[in-house]
Amino acid sequence: MKVDKNLCDVCGTCASVCPIGVITIREFDVIIDNERCIKCNKCIKVCPAQAITEE
Amino acid sequence: MHKKINSYYDVVVIGAGPAGSVTARFIAENGCSVLVLERDREPGIPVRCAEGVSHNGILPFIDIDEKWICSKILGARLHAPNGESIDMYNNGDGYVLDRRVFDRALADLAVSKGAILLTKADAVALNKDEEGKICGVKFRHENDYIDINCKIVIGADGVESQVGRWAGIDTSLALSDIDTCCQYTVNNIKIENGLCQFYFGREIAPGGYIWIFPKSETQANIGIGIGGDATIPGKGPRFYLDKFMDKNFPNASINYMVYGGVPTRAGNNFIKDNVMLVGDAAHQVNPITGGGIVQGMIAGKFAGETAAKAIKENNISQKVLKEYSNRWEDMLGANQRFMYSIKNKFMDMIDEKLNNLVMACKKIPQDELNLYKLFKETIKEDPILLAKLATSFVVSKLKV
Repeated sequence: MKVDKNLCDVCGTCASVCPIGVITIREFDVIIDNERCIKCNKCIKVCPAQAITEE
Repeated sequence: MHKKINSYYDVVVIGAGPAGSVTARFIAENGCSVLVLERDREPGIPVRCAEGVSHNGILPFIDIDEKWICSKILGARLHAPNGESIDMYNNGDGYVLDRRVFDRALADLAVSKGAILLTKADAVALNKDEEGKICGVKFRHENDYIDINCKIVIGADGVESQVGRWAGIDTSLALSDIDTCCQYTVNNIKIENGLCQFYFGREIAPGGYIWIFPKSETQANIGIGIGGDATIPGKGPRFYLDKFMDKNFPNASINYMVYGGVPTRAGNNFIKDNVMLVGDAAHQVNPITGGGIVQGMIAGKFAGETAAKAIKENNISQKVLKEYSNRWEDMLGANQRFMYSIKNKFMDMIDEKLNNLVMACKKIPQDELNLYKLFKETIKEDPILLAKLATSFVVSKLKV
């Protein structure tokens, strides 16, 4: 998964639906651990800013 | 570090929103030491909230102060997909807050009782002792990593809660149990002050609704939440909000924009070992309205008092901590489940049924119409819901 930092509002909605908890929200950053990501695409679907895409 | 902090506190609270600050305040007030870690530079920002609360809801927690009130709310107007609307004035008064000031006031109150607040403090892990028991928190402050020991950790870290996951509480939400939201704070509009407005319909806000919360006669929070399972590529919440703005407020000046997610399930899993969750982190939100400020504060009081009791009795067992979830269950459990069962029904209603619902409510005299009557009309559209409701009430009665 790839986060477009120009679109991302760091709201944390993506992290709330991640079934395995590989999304970390920091003050100005969203970090997705792609090593552990299972590509369920829930974060893509729920992101209000449409900032997440498949890599 | 700009502030001297100890290496041990009885309780560490992660997150200084309303739920976290109220929790900390009740811990401190009951004589225990408490450190609040806030990831952002100050509590209350950024504001990801429509900022509406009821007067009766906040009264037990803080003295009403004009400095965090933007406007007073007397009623609500519900708009059906066909443009018909009903006004309701019998659900109690409320306010549209200035959350930046409100959240700071709650944090200041906690600090005045003895809580220590640290901002720019980003919790990164829960520390465990040799036996695997959670014994503290690791957080990052600028470039330093700092370990704090404690007996209880409270996660008030919002919808994205990491604390719950670290502790082994499954907090991940189904797409049908989260609303994906976008909100504009707009100026230069003319709206009726004192009235919150809600717009429903498949084309308007699939699986959710659009809200207008007036901050004055010319300023309002106008936002949308749509079901997390209702999005399609290229059509997130902002797509629908822009369509609404073009139609209804083409000349509005959009001053601020925020995105956010609102959990819309009736959370019931807040405790694991010596960790407790409060507020959005525990999904303590009204599943229909998405309102969570008051729920978070109620949970904060229960969690804070329970934590302090456990510390003072030196007994951090599940049995003692469970008092928190029992008190929540007694006060709000059945209500939350009721709202959740209505939510699924209400949000699944086709536009025609929503139109019928508003038309039916129009027949109820203005001074008798309230949310209860609205729900009664909703149930008429679906008798199965009645059975579900009865079950939820019976289950909660048996538990008591």
